[in-house]
Amino acid sequence: MKHAARKAFTLLLGGLILGMSPLVENLAAGEEVNVYSYRKPQLMQPLFDTFTADTGISVNVVFAKKGMLEKLSSEGANSPADLVFTVDIGRLSDIRNAGLTQKVQSDVLDSNIPENMRDPDHHWYGLTSRARIIVVSRDRVQDGEVMRYEDLADPRLKGRICTRSGKHPYMVALTASMIAHLGVEEAERWLAGLKSNLARTPEGNDRSQVKAIREGVCDIAVINHYYMYKMIVDPEQKPWADAVKVVFPNQSDRGTHMNISGMAMTKHAPNRENALRLMEFLSTARAQEMYAQVNGEYAVKPGIPLADPVQAWGEFKRDDLGLIDVANNRAEGSKIADRVAYNE
Amino acid sequence: MEVTTLKSSRFNGAGPWWATTFGVAAIAVFPILAIFWFAFFPAENIWPHLIATSLPAYLSNTLGLMAGVGVLVFGIGVSTAYVVTNYHFPLRKYFEWLLLLPLAVPAYVIAYLYTDLLEFSGPVQSALRALFGWELARDYWFPNIRSLGGAVTMMGLVLYPYVYLLARASFLEQSPYLLDVSRLMGHSRWKTFFFVSLPIARPGIAIGIALALMETLNDFGTVDFFAVHTLTAGLFDVWLNMNNLGGAAQLAVIMLTFVLLLLGLEYMGRKRTGFYQHNGRFSRRERTELKGTGRWAAFFICFLPVLAGFLVPVVLLSKYAISYFDQSWTAQFRQYAFNSLYVSSVAAAGCAILALVISYAKRVKNSLWIHHAGRLASMGYAVPGAVLAVGVAVPLAVFDNLVDALVLNHFGISTGLILSGTTFALVLTYIIRFLAVSIGSVDASFSKVSASIDMAARTLGHSPSKVLASYHLPLVKSGLYTALLIVFVDCMKELPATLLLRPFNFETLATHVYLFASDELIEQSALGALLIVLVGLVPVVVLSQTIAHSQSVPPRAD
Repeated sequence: MKHAARKAFTLLLGGLILGMSPLVENLAAGEEVNVYSYRKPQLMQPLFDTFTADTGISVNVVFAKKGMLEKLSSEGANSPADLVFTVDIGRLSDIRNAGLTQKVQSDVLDSNIPENMRDPDHHWYGLTSRARIIVVSRDRVQDGEVMRYEDLADPRLKGRICTRSGKHPYMVALTASMIAHLGVEEAERWLAGLKSNLARTPEGNDRSQVKAIREGVCDIAVINHYYMYKMIVDPEQKPWADAVKVVFPNQSDRGTHMNISGMAMTKHAPNRENALRLMEFLSTARAQEMYAQVNGEYAVKPGIPLADPVQAWGEFKRDDLGLIDVANNRAEGSKIADRVAYNE
Repeated sequence: MEVTTLKSSRFNGAGPWWATTFGVAAIAVFPILAIFWFAFFPAENIWPHLIATSLPAYLSNTLGLMAGVGVLVFGIGVSTAYVVTNYHFPLRKYFEWLLLLPLAVPAYVIAYLYTDLLEFSGPVQSALRALFGWELARDYWFPNIRSLGGAVTMMGLVLYPYVYLLARASFLEQSPYLLDVSRLMGHSRWKTFFFVSLPIARPGIAIGIALALMETLNDFGTVDFFAVHTLTAGLFDVWLNMNNLGGAAQLAVIMLTFVLLLLGLEYMGRKRTGFYQHNGRFSRRERTELKGTGRWAAFFICFLPVLAGFLVPVVLLSKYAISYFDQSWTAQFRQYAFNSLYVSSVAAAGCAILALVISYAKRVKNSLWIHHAGRLASMGYAVPGAVLAVGVAVPLAVFDNLVDALVLNHFGISTGLILSGTTFALVLTYIIRFLAVSIGSVDASFSKVSASIDMAARTLGHSPSKVLASYHLPLVKSGLYTALLIVFVDCMKELPATLLLRPFNFETLATHVYLFASDELIEQSALGALLIVLVGLVPVVVLSQTIAHSQSVPPRAD
């Protein structure tokens, strides 16, 4: 017994030392580009694979939603990261404001990506854009009953609306755009009105809200448009999507609130040229079409064919509020959600 | 049972032991210091806003969650442990280890699964609707699983094994004579349980509850999915949505006080029962044969937690895993599985060895400083994984950059980042994060070893390492195994720190499951979740066998 225990301990220690040795190995350096991504890799991978097949440059990815900025900033000049990908303007401008990005001069990028979809100082570029739409029950909501974001705060809709958490970046961005258009006080009144119309305390993601309409929990929801597309192509979720109609809000005035997913090159990118090639590749028609077809998003490059159901909703008026204004009002938008106790 | 106190047992040659302890404590405390550092530099003072708005809700939700989980894990953990050690009933032998199984199921996975099962479109409500002719959710009432109560239930179901494990060890180590004496004096079974068994088992139970509550405090996946706004949720909101890492670090400091309170309670509980028993686990125990309803009551007390915490989730996962097997079982998937096993076992071994050193150092040199150092080394458990990850990543990168600058200056070579972005950083974080678990478990074992062994060995002139190897190691083996098991399984499940610190292109099963499950695509990642659970089972079986070793006895009639 004594011996067995000692042997086990020696084995443990030996195993530990052996086990630790390969831990500090670094990646073999070939032609590569290193990506820190806030965006889930499922969608990006096919694009990266195509890029690698074309160029022979391999793409290394780390995905995380939390702490990426802190990691990047503490790694400093030695950071291996070349590019950062995000799913909303907020994170993109955070990284830019923290001084972690660099200017990129590229005619390809400038010609593919319209001016309002990129940083005037060339630090970040939009890759896709998404509309924050309203969906309403086919059976229980009349045409024209809900036309504008402002309608959501109208007392006549009491107990009929579902949304996700008021502190989720997509909701915060919408609130931030309301602040930019209406001012803080009016935006707070609006969110308080919307809150008092909620059918349940916010839970779940955008798709869950559509499902809730199908289940009769509520009649109206606010979601990103491509979730509709994703539900339509998923046999299990199609019934949820079939239960609702799409409304592009505020067509008679400022237009529908838009957000972007985007990219930026890090300040100390070690593989600058490869990174630039990847950025340019992602702005080309081929990659943009993949974004549009796979995920149902709006390509930033003009003239790219949309996914079928998205195409069928037709053209609509987009809010051309600068994304920077949305980003700058984000902190206040988040606080308003706290003040009206949106999630409680 | 022999009661002695261990006051002045000092060996010569204790130096290396406490030096290691201080070294480990210094490294482990670094991330915490980094967090305190951030707390001094908030982007703006967030407190007036928080106090006026969401802080009361964060606090009441957190306290409600902890109270609920505390009561639930105490109830399930203690009742099952007591029944299993003291009575005979159908399948008792199997329940000894079956009851540990829910530990292998991550709380966020069970939350996803039960939501699937109990939500409007799930099989349960669909069946009810078909039965009663209801159509819409507004036609009837059904408890909403996405609620505080739901979160309490989910966490209680997977966290009670902490209490069960330690309470059972305590009950096993109680001398059967004590219970016999109590019964002889005419006390009923209940009285014996409440006034003899339970008080003696208190240190173990307290540690178990403290561990379960720390896990509760750290959980993000479940409370996020269920929209229960706890301090952890608030912390991430301040950090990510308000872009105020300093404010978030201040919230983390508050949570740290919560944990220190828990640790303090546990410590006081342990101090008040500061006795040693030297013949406990090796005396043969006789179990009472239950009859009639008692038999079945005991059976169901044990069966229900296993059913709800393990069988239901595993059956659901298996069902999904089978129907999506072809999509899931890829070479990539096997690589993820290997990665998980690899980093988890290295971290578990590291934790076990360090815990042994630290626990033993406290014994060799019984000074206040050593005890403080031991507690500092346990602090990593107190911080949410994602925050700890930042606390590790930042100092590590600073260190790497310093080394780089130094080497560049003297030799003209750039070393780049040596440790950041390697699996080493990941393992280091796991060790810092879970050291508390292994120290707790090894400590508990050491506290059961009579001080007279040290004294006798000292009289014989043995060095501390000789005493450890020859006398203590065999006696604390079960504590060491427990430490290995729990840390290993914890690492397999760990998510937020893994996400941030893993190297490029490096996925573990947990990150793989998360990527799908958080999109409510649990079916596609069921195989990964199932594997996390199954791998967690292997050490559970090993552990239960070593514990059962000295415990097989024939039943007797009451």
